[in-house]
Amino acid sequence: MTFFETFLHGEQKAFRHETLTPMQKLTLKFVVAGLVYYLFAALEGMIMRMYQIAPIPGVDAEHYYAMMTVHPLVGIFGSTYMIVFGAFLFLVPFLMKKPLWSFKAATWTFWLIATGTLIMWAAGFIAHYAPLYTLYWPLPADFSQFGPIGGAVFITGIALIMVGTILFVVNIFKTITYTPAGWEKQPGRALLASALGLTGLANFFRKEKKEHLVSLPVAAIARGSVDTFLNAAIITFTGVLILIYMVAAILGFDLKTTAIDALLYKNWYWWGLDLIADGMVLIFVAGTWYLLAMLITGKNLFMENWARAALFLELIVSWTVWSHHLLSDQGQPAILKVVSGEMVTAFELITQGLAFFITLVTLWSARPLKMTNELKFLLGGLLGFALAVPAGILQADLGLNRILHNTQWIVGPHVHVAILVGLTMTLYSAIYLLFPILTNGAKLYSQKLATFHFWMHLLGGIGMGAFMGMAGLNGMLRRAIYTNGEFNVYMILAGLCGAMLLAAFLAFLFNIVMSVGLNGAIGLFKKSEISEETLLPKS
Amino acid sequence: MPDSAEVLSGFIWVYTLYALAILSVMLWFALNLKKEKGAKILKPGVFYTWVGTLVVLGVSLHVFTFNSIPWAPLDFNRDTIQPDQVVELSVRDHQFVLPSEKIKIKPYSKVLFRVTSADLTYGFGLFRQDHSMVFQMQVVPGRSNDLLWQFSGPGLYTIKSTEYSGPRGILMDVPDAVEVAD
Repeated sequence: MTFFETFLHGEQKAFRHETLTPMQKLTLKFVVAGLVYYLFAALEGMIMRMYQIAPIPGVDAEHYYAMMTVHPLVGIFGSTYMIVFGAFLFLVPFLMKKPLWSFKAATWTFWLIATGTLIMWAAGFIAHYAPLYTLYWPLPADFSQFGPIGGAVFITGIALIMVGTILFVVNIFKTITYTPAGWEKQPGRALLASALGLTGLANFFRKEKKEHLVSLPVAAIARGSVDTFLNAAIITFTGVLILIYMVAAILGFDLKTTAIDALLYKNWYWWGLDLIADGMVLIFVAGTWYLLAMLITGKNLFMENWARAALFLELIVSWTVWSHHLLSDQGQPAILKVVSGEMVTAFELITQGLAFFITLVTLWSARPLKMTNELKFLLGGLLGFALAVPAGILQADLGLNRILHNTQWIVGPHVHVAILVGLTMTLYSAIYLLFPILTNGAKLYSQKLATFHFWMHLLGGIGMGAFMGMAGLNGMLRRAIYTNGEFNVYMILAGLCGAMLLAAFLAFLFNIVMSVGLNGAIGLFKKSEISEETLLPKS
Repeated sequence: MPDSAEVLSGFIWVYTLYALAILSVMLWFALNLKKEKGAKILKPGVFYTWVGTLVVLGVSLHVFTFNSIPWAPLDFNRDTIQPDQVVELSVRDHQFVLPSEKIKIKPYSKVLFRVTSADLTYGFGLFRQDHSMVFQMQVVPGRSNDLLWQFSGPGLYTIKSTEYSGPRGILMDVPDAVEVAD
């Protein structure tokens, strides 16, 4: 096949979109949209990296901070939520061997998050609404710096994402518990108890242990979805509050921002926001590691009951750790700083340490293993969290936080290494593993490109985090602009590593497009003739 | 009291050594995953030892830092410690309002910085001449934000806002605002 033929029809014409079920098509659409938004976030990230070296003509401070506001939100909601939700909406029916509760709700989730992300991004790009994702009160309602109309559009975009998110959560729990038409009655309550970990908890006190009705990966998805729902509720509540101030400003009323206690606001907002970073991400990632380890090795998980217990513990821990974000807030009660900020947060070292160990031992027990793409990326994901979680535990310390908070250290070795190396490499592992299943056997265009993708992403991700961290330890703040080249050595090196990350992603994207072909990619958006209840075509 | 730069250098050593160790372990693990089986199946005892190690590390870390980082107990108990000097500052419209053009402090004295904000959430940090940070705290409106600090020796420091307060706040610094000298 010529290069152009491959570009049009995919590698060896192995991908035939007309053979896909609606669920396969929808899942792939989630992944495609997630990758497109990853490109948005990556390009904005690179522009900001370059801006940290030297100001870019045509990009002023307002535009820079608008990018800084939407960069993490597009990355989390537009990219990660899309890929993760798409994968889980496929995996829960796949693992439970029953149809998804509502294909229509899943389709709504896709369009709401895709549209909401675009609206939110456009509000940042056009209106320069830039209170950052932290939304520290009363900055989101400071209309001397930001226009209320742009802000209202921004909040509307977030609201659409949250509605799509809540629909996802409902769909997951209904799929676990419902009885499909024509099936024998399913034990809905018992399934729910097993998914949430209540069966396992009760087993501690029972002589006769009850069996777990849902598999461990499904339990992880359910428990992470609890945090996803709580987070969506808090963000929606906060968004409505900010929207009230915006609507009032548009109508000519000046509501007093002092009506809201800034510290109390910061507590509830971080409680909700942290359910993403320290809740659902860690739970979803642990569950994905377990699933990947089992699928790669074909073996049962090492210490499975401990793994279930750790997931339950992580869920509880995630509700009580938010105070580590307020260790530098001197009005925060000391008891909350010590118990929630330090001690409970340290439990994440235990829960993630258990997930890390269990996954490694499961892989080890199946030696010799072929170093496939999914295995390589899984190891990269494990390494990312092994580097980033201890960094997080160290900065969640009363003493160390005093000299680390809001520096590039926080956002480098902790945030970016966790997200780009830990989370994203885990997602890539899942994508490489699910690719042949979701495409009915499409062939990967180039293994060399996949290897390039792995090394450039791994080295670029760790390198960027490391150089940002070095700048942070030398005093560079995470949300400041330096115009005199104070930290240029670190920023140039971090920029080069950022370029490696971008090159890795472009290689991956090219590889996927060449694997399925342009016609195949367009075909994803054509209606499937197969029933919506069919998950995979009958071979 | 040791300078925060000394604590930071210790922190850098600890994390760098850890990062190199975990990178080495993962590299060794990946290389050996492809080899034929040689080792026995892991015994549960190893797993429980790992769990115990994590618990000990998680608990002891903060106990260790509280007893080794000098400003940690000072900050925690600041309500009960009599400061040698109190410095009151305020922030309004992205500007620091200082009690005098230059804040003069005697070395080794305990100074309570009390900062209030009239509008937005800001940060308050002190930075050395080489741009490295001495300390920082958040400045939340409607709250008293205070920090007790003991300077280890003479120095000249710049005040910067360490928190984003909108694009207008990016140049919030007062160079050489704090002088520690006899």
